[in-house]
Amino acid sequence: MSTTRRPLPVWADIVLLPLINIALAFIVVGIIVAIIGVNPVEALRLLVAGAVGSPDAIAYTLYYATNFIFTGLAVSVAFHAGLFNIGGEGQAYIGGLGCGLAILAFDRFLPAWLLIPVAIVAAALFGAAWAAVPAWLQAWHGSHIVITTIMFNFVASALMVYLLVNVLIAPGSMTPQSRPFAASAALPVLMGSTLNLSIALALACCIGVWVFLWHTSWGYALRTMGHSPSAAIYAGTNLKRMTMLAMCLSGALAGLVAVNELLGVQHRVLLDFQAGYGFAGIAVALMGRNHPLGVVLAALLFGALQQGGAELSFDLPGINREMVVVIQGLVILFSGALEHLPRPWLQTLLSRRA
Amino acid sequence: MMDEVLSIAFLMSAATLRVATPLILCAMGGLFSERSGIIDVGLEGKMLMAAFFAAATASATGSAWAGVGAGVIAAEALALLHGFACITHRGNQVVSGVALNILAAGLTVVLGNAWFKQGGLTPPLTANERLMPLAFPNAGDSILVYVALLSVPFTWWLVGRTRFGLRLRAVGELPLAVDAAGISVAGLRYRAVLLCGLLAGLAGAYIAIAQNAGFTRDMTAGQGFIALAALIFGKWRPFSAFGACLMFGLLDAIAIRLQGLKVPGIGEVPVQLFQALPYLLTMFLLAGFIGRAVAPKAIGVPYTKEH
Amino acid sequence: MQVLTSDSSIERSSIDLAIELRSIDKSFGSVHAVRDVSMRIEAGRVTGIVGENGAGKSTLMSILYGLYRADAGEILVGGAAMQMDSPRDAIAHGIGMVHQHFMLIDSFTVLENLVLGAEGGALLANGLAAARAELGRLSREYGLTVDPDALVADLSVGEQQRVEILKVLFRGARILILDEPSAVLTPQEADQLFRILATLKAHGVTVVLITHKLREIMAATDAVYVMRQGEIVAGRATSDTNPEELAELMVGRKVLTHLDKAPPRRGEVVLRAEHLSLVDARGVRLLEDIGLELRAGEIVGIAGVSGNGQTELLQVLAGIRAPTGGRLEVCGRTIDAEHPVDPAEMRELGLAHVPEDRLRQGMVADFRASETSILGYHEDEPFSNHWLLDGPAVGKHCTELMQRFDVRPRAPGLHSASFSGGNQQKLVLAREMDQAPKVLLVGQPTRGVDIGAIEFIHRELVKSRDAGCAVLVVSVELEEILSLADRILVMFAGRIVGDVDAAAANERQLGLMMAGAQAT
Repeated sequence: MSTTRRPLPVWADIVLLPLINIALAFIVVGIIVAIIGVNPVEALRLLVAGAVGSPDAIAYTLYYATNFIFTGLAVSVAFHAGLFNIGGEGQAYIGGLGCGLAILAFDRFLPAWLLIPVAIVAAALFGAAWAAVPAWLQAWHGSHIVITTIMFNFVASALMVYLLVNVLIAPGSMTPQSRPFAASAALPVLMGSTLNLSIALALACCIGVWVFLWHTSWGYALRTMGHSPSAAIYAGTNLKRMTMLAMCLSGALAGLVAVNELLGVQHRVLLDFQAGYGFAGIAVALMGRNHPLGVVLAALLFGALQQGGAELSFDLPGINREMVVVIQGLVILFSGALEHLPRPWLQTLLSRRA
Repeated sequence: MMDEVLSIAFLMSAATLRVATPLILCAMGGLFSERSGIIDVGLEGKMLMAAFFAAATASATGSAWAGVGAGVIAAEALALLHGFACITHRGNQVVSGVALNILAAGLTVVLGNAWFKQGGLTPPLTANERLMPLAFPNAGDSILVYVALLSVPFTWWLVGRTRFGLRLRAVGELPLAVDAAGISVAGLRYRAVLLCGLLAGLAGAYIAIAQNAGFTRDMTAGQGFIALAALIFGKWRPFSAFGACLMFGLLDAIAIRLQGLKVPGIGEVPVQLFQALPYLLTMFLLAGFIGRAVAPKAIGVPYTKEH
Repeated sequence: MQVLTSDSSIERSSIDLAIELRSIDKSFGSVHAVRDVSMRIEAGRVTGIVGENGAGKSTLMSILYGLYRADAGEILVGGAAMQMDSPRDAIAHGIGMVHQHFMLIDSFTVLENLVLGAEGGALLANGLAAARAELGRLSREYGLTVDPDALVADLSVGEQQRVEILKVLFRGARILILDEPSAVLTPQEADQLFRILATLKAHGVTVVLITHKLREIMAATDAVYVMRQGEIVAGRATSDTNPEELAELMVGRKVLTHLDKAPPRRGEVVLRAEHLSLVDARGVRLLEDIGLELRAGEIVGIAGVSGNGQTELLQVLAGIRAPTGGRLEVCGRTIDAEHPVDPAEMRELGLAHVPEDRLRQGMVADFRASETSILGYHEDEPFSNHWLLDGPAVGKHCTELMQRFDVRPRAPGLHSASFSGGNQQKLVLAREMDQAPKVLLVGQPTRGVDIGAIEFIHRELVKSRDAGCAVLVVSVELEEILSLADRILVMFAGRIVGDVDAAAANERQLGLMMAGAQAT
């Protein structure tokens, strides 16, 4: 018996296989919903209505999607360099610190047109710096980036709690959060809700990442390293520096979550504003096949789930918002770790038809 | 004065042990998995899932031991899923672990909410439904504390002194050699992953029904990752990892004690520093600044057998 | 290809057969690794299997050992047909294998490695004690001394190999397969190994020795099979053959049309190596005292059986590895251990490199052909203006390369891995030659390339030479070196052992040098 299988056609590999993986994840979700005692079809109807049923719902969906685009891109950029950054959570958190410090320092003197760009740059720089440490440890000291980025999430969390409780806390306040930002630091709101101009920044980042990865010489070198380190060495790329570049970019993108959350919605620095988006970025990147366009589509789906899930939990008390987290977990499982599960079956099916 | 120091020391050591118990169980579990070459960043998820099912079952059946059993079964289910993805389908082990953590974080709350309608909590457990402290040998400790203490020499013995342990270590270093010796790589790794599920399950059950009286959302609060850090800090060796667990437990106990306390000359010591220390120390170790932690050579690499 | 076993002693069946292989066939995907191989291995004697890297020797032995399953054919052990599904079966039939890459666990002691898979009980203590006693017996009997409690990581390579042999004997094997056993050994260690093999033979153990070193075949075997491209091309009693014949059989001839070329018009020296040496992290000497000069307008061929330092030499010359000793001058720049260069700087100096490992190094399999067509030049005009890659310019460049070098299909958008080996090679070659380099290094220019493309590639290399480029070609195909080169250097054991004018060279003389038989 021959054990070599014909590879899948390209369309099956980049379209069909991911769709089947997601379908499998949603079948499992349906089973869980049914176990809880809710009709999955009814739940789906409410979810869709909650996500896109009204202009308001759509605005919320897009607002959530903005965060997912940032973290999804962050994971993707690192992935193209062959690095697995699971520190998006911490990088987003520290990005918020940078953003907040910039605003708290300057919002009394600088005009909005200068203040906001400064805050955005600060968010990106702080996020990048938080990713640079694990990158440096991997490139020069050989410690594995997966472990160090995980650890750095917890360190970021401890640091932020300390700073918010002891340093940044508004005088006289009981809750650990900073004083409100000046009105000049608020990003323009779109569609009269939480949706704000950050979505334009997110889309610009998508284009930027696309241009960088596929249309610049550095992006070319970065992808070469991710695909084949030996070819990158042959081409004369410095792998250490390229590791730093990839991780800093990744961290900067994650840091921009703070722009949407702090400048767009919260208008102050507070605890856990980034909660869950960093990890969800892994799901978004896996589902979007690490391509900016795919990331946007996956982010929209996750945004819709987040918003629809919130509505769903109002309508059906049996289901709560964490259902979205379950879906994220299952999507990562099926389109990441069990990516190749349907492959043999698909290969048999397609070769039989051919 | 001396008495006071001694009694604080005694209290601290007792507190340390209680805090360290889930870390020890979890780290020993992780040791089996990682020594066999399977990275386990999903310890947290397994523990959380076990905590929920232990509390839910104890509450439903009124039996603490049924709770422990259910916790172990829940953790084993996730362990098998991890094995299915990483061993059978050669998926990315880190991705799988992350997925299981997120799945557990969501599923425990969703199911808890659906079953108990208390926003993800399980009902508070009564004394009968909990693993109560034993009166002997040391008043105030649950039996799982002793299980955790015994798990260390047991792990050491199993890994170091038995045929299974020899093969387990071999498969984490050079699976090809194990295959060439005619031993099933997948079989060994599945057994390792199941042992990991067992111990992580006990850890989760301890948190929910011995240390606490019921499940609350995210109640493991990163202890799975601390256990992972301890495992790495202990260089994947049972007694060293045990030592790291105690040290990290002590840091936690100190942090709790120092909360709000002003130390002369320094001022208020930031509790968060103690919370971050286990991770920082482990990173320093990994970077080779303090000694060297050498991971099992084949860790994270799926084994592909050609035919 | 005919199997030439007619007049050899192997055909006579007066002696017991330990193993017989009948029509073994094995493919990996599109690679036909072993074709219809039949072989008879006599009990209590040493049988050699000789052939180039990639000739299928190791695959054949892995089939015999149960690591791979044959697509077709029969394995007979002691006259009875056997099914080898896993190494367990092979071990049960008394077959043991010492792999080229040792299957030892560095962090284990010798004793622990010895018992892995044969522990003799669920608890280790008893098994280890018994193994210690058995190890003592084997050590005395076969002269294989090694400290049972030493960590494998602390042992020398030669000692590690002894542990591998002991592992096999410990399992009661009577048939021992050694895959390239001397590849990693110093000459002294190799001599020791062959003394051990002689002892084993004296004790009635059957030995199968896989190697590409003819000296070893002549010194240690009773019979020899020659493999080439997955087939057995000859079987001989060792006493009936000689190194020259084996070298010819091994290297083979590709039917090439005569390459017309004018005598070289040599120019100035553009690359000079003096006392160049390379020692790896474990202290193994890969290159020793290499001296060579490369002049503009000539093609220098490096001949040698693969694994004698050619790969490392190319890496050092291309700037991928820094030499650990000696110096290198390339186009006026001096490079030594303290002043390394990277491959990008080498390119700027005017050195182009077609690497031996085209799939992993010369291109990125997942990249489009157009992307592969600028690998290494991606920061240069006109492909890149400071930051931005000029997509249309890259596409146009690739299309031009494809036209000039007749790469098919002419699809710059197709993934590099989708092209055939010959077309991949033409694309890489086109990329490197397009820069009009002063020095062109080419590793295995025609490996995995069809005949038509070979001639094309050879003509292009000569054109390049005539344009004033200094070309260095490393190839294991002697015929190729002979037809291409103006001057031939022969490498053996990390040294240059011969320097001959191509016009005066003949295959026999080169073959002997390659086999290390006439090391000067």
